[in-house]
This record gives sequence, C-alpha cells and structure tokens, in this order.
Amino acid sequence: MKVNLDQDKCVASGQCVVAAMEVFDQRDEDGIAVLLNDSPPADQADDVRHAATVCPALAITVEE
Amino acid sequence: MEHGDGRQALSYPIPSPAALEPPVEWADLRRECPAARVTLPSGDEATLLTRYADVRKVLSDPRFSRRLNAEDAARIGDSESGGVFNGEISETLPQTGEEHQRWRRMITKWFTARRMAALRPAIETMAERLVDEMVEHGPPADLKASLGFPLPVWVICDLLGVDDADRDRFAYWSDTFLNLTRYTDEQVAAAQAEFVEYMTAHVTAKRADPGEDLLSELTTATDARGGRMPDAVLVATGQALLVAGHETTANMIAKMAGLLLADRRRWERLVTDRSLVRSAVEEVLRFDANAGIGMPRYIGEEVELAGTVLPGGTTVMCGMAAANRDESAFDDADRMDLARSPNPHLAFGSGAHSCLGQALARTELQAVLDVLLRRLPSLRLAVPPAELRRIEGLAVGGLREVPVRW
Repeated sequence: MKVNLDQDKCVASGQCVVAAMEVFDQRDEDGIAVLLNDSPPADQADDVRHAATVCPALAITVEE
Repeated sequence: MEHGDGRQALSYPIPSPAALEPPVEWADLRRECPAARVTLPSGDEATLLTRYADVRKVLSDPRFSRRLNAEDAARIGDSESGGVFNGEISETLPQTGEEHQRWRRMITKWFTARRMAALRPAIETMAERLVDEMVEHGPPADLKASLGFPLPVWVICDLLGVDDADRDRFAYWSDTFLNLTRYTDEQVAAAQAEFVEYMTAHVTAKRADPGEDLLSELTTATDARGGRMPDAVLVATGQALLVAGHETTANMIAKMAGLLLADRRRWERLVTDRSLVRSAVEEVLRFDANAGIGMPRYIGEEVELAGTVLPGGTTVMCGMAAANRDESAFDDADRMDLARSPNPHLAFGSGAHSCLGQALARTELQAVLDVLLRRLPSLRLAVPPAELRRIEGLAVGGLREVPVRW
C-alpha cells in the first residue's frame, strides 16, 4: 500500500491521527497532518483506509 | 415531485413530523429531485441539494463561494441583515483562498488530536460539576439547560481566556448572533456592539498580560507569511469561535441525549460497552435530522450538478443532514448503528471550510457522553420522545428542552 497526503488540502481535523496514529501525525505549528510512513505494513492498512475515508478534506489517497 | 422546474418552490426549512425525525420529503427529494427549488425564510429562492455526493462535491468545490453578499445571492433570514451568514464577521475574516488558509492554520494548531487528548480531562471535570449540580436539584431536570448549554460556553470562554463570571454574557451574545427570527434587529445590533466592545478591551488586556489561552497566543503569533492578526481580526476570530462553538455543540449535546434515550436500548448498549462512545458520537452526528438549515453557497457561473444545470447567480443550500441519510452512501442509512465505522458523515461539512472546531466538538460530545454513562446509567427521558419539541428561529437546529430522570 502506498499512501499520499495532500497537505495543501488538509484542514487539520486530526481524524487521520485518531484512525491511524502509526501512520499520521499533526504538525505543532498549525495542526496540518504529516505522513510518518507512506508504505505502511499490511496490519495498518485497514486503519489507513479508514483515515482516508473519514478525512473531511479528502486529502488522503491510497494506492493498493 | 417537480420542485426543480416551473412548479411552486418548497418552503424551507422543511417541517418534520417529530422533533427527532427527518422530513418525509427528504427520501423523495434525494431520489427524484436532488436539486430542488426552495423558498428561504427571507422569501428569496435557493436550490436545495440532498444527495451525499452532490453536497460533498459542492462543499469542497471553491467555485461555490461562501460570499453571500453578491447582489443576486439569496438572503437566508428574515431580518434586515439576513442573520449570521450575511453578518460582519464574514466581512472581517478572510473567506477564501490562501488568505483564508493562513488565518485558519493559525487557529487549527489549537485543535490537534494531541491537544484534544490533553484537554479532555478538564472538559470531563466541567461536565462532572454540571452533572453534580443537576443531581443536587433532583429529577426531573432539563439536560439541555443543566449541561448542554453551559458546557460549550465554558469551554470556549476558557479557550478565549475569558473570566468565569462573564460566561452568561457570552451565552446571551452567542444566542443573538445566530438569530433568524427570535431577536429583533435592534437586539442583534446591541449584542454585536457589546460583544465587540468587550472583546476589544479583552484583546488589549491579553496583549498587555498574556495568559495560556488561544487569544493570548494569537495576539503575538505570526502566520505562515510572518503577518500578525490586526485587532479587528482578533475580535472577529473570537466571535467566530463563539458563534461556531457554542450553540452548535450545546444543541448537539441535547440532541445526542434525546436520540440515545428515545430508544433506550441504545443507551443500555452504551452503558454495557463504553468503548462504543467514539463511534456512537459519530453516528449521532450522522443521524441528527434536526441539524439546522445547512450550508449556503453561491455560484457565480453556470455549472452542471445533480443532473441539471444551475445558472450563474444560484444560491445553493447544502442539506448535510439529508445527505447523511443517503442510502447510496450509508448502508441502512435510516437505522442508527452505534458501532458504524467508518462513518464519513457530513455533519461538519467537507473541504477547505469544514468545521474548524470539529475535533473540539467531538471531544466535548465524547466527554459528556462518557460522564453521563458513568454517573447516570439509569438516565431516561421524562417525557415520551414524541413530546420533544424543536427550537425555532435559529440557524442551528436543536431541541427546546430534554427532560430527564435517573
């Protein structure tokens, strides 16, 4: 799985961090999401898909 | 149903058969007339969108602007100013593009998942205190007045570094700002003037003697380009946070209790399994059929949407609550599933303008629900659900009261 995050679209809702904290974090200065791992292991794939689905900014895309 | 063409427009908001129930028209509109002509409280016409895909698309498409001050844009409310959507805040705060993003990102640092986790114990303590007071007075009690209304204004006042003693004034101002019909134009203008006077003095005081709050931080912080917020923007930011963060959350706390207690099997399931609190809050947000009038947008150019062509100059009402019941987006959309996951509902909007404080709202709702389940597992409605009444005249949907026993 390959994860893409568009920081320009991100609205800092923090939903991705709640869904998949091993893969996403938020910058201290503005809450914008950062990608900790763009190729997460299989056991985190469901959480990452969940994060992409609930992101209100549609800023996360996943290539399977 | 042919509300899209020459026939008479639907009067909007559309009435519901009961306080917690959706209007019967929603399902037909989604199926047959996803871009329906409606008449707003002002008398102006707009186009109502009810399908999930259309609502999500419009909310995240920058061509659909939030600027409702265009000459041919519809006014929402029936007061002269048109209420909160046409008010002064929208003149002062950057509304679109990069400027809006720079402003927004100065605020969002206060709403990260990490900060919310740190804030949660303080919110639970506030909720505990309010529940204690409610219990002291004994049943029956109005959960909205006792807990739902005060809690979010306490949280916002803390965020703005406002004294506890001024919480009641903030609650009143907040109420008037969201007026569609309840207050006179004079009352709204007076509240606006008082608020600006208070906040201007407050900003000056925080500049001289900064505290640990968001407003103090903003008086000295710089945006991504090194710019500082002028006082007028600070005052407007404080007002925006109050307007956006108080009444909405207050009503949602009350509606959450109403929805979970209306069918007490829901409540009992949560009492037995509090690990469902997070997904239950999301499901209540999705299921809320009384979310207010939705989000208005204005499109200056002709655009194709929902199988029709919207002419330039159209004002669109995004019916998020109707979209949240769309069967093509949610399985068993009319059934409340407390464990539903994922739950990409549109209660907080979508795109660049989706609710700035959504993480805070979620934290407050989770904290309140957790405290109630823990402290008052025997909680129940003191009236039949059919006797719950909606409040009228505010942009935000809510219940007048939520009478409970325990």
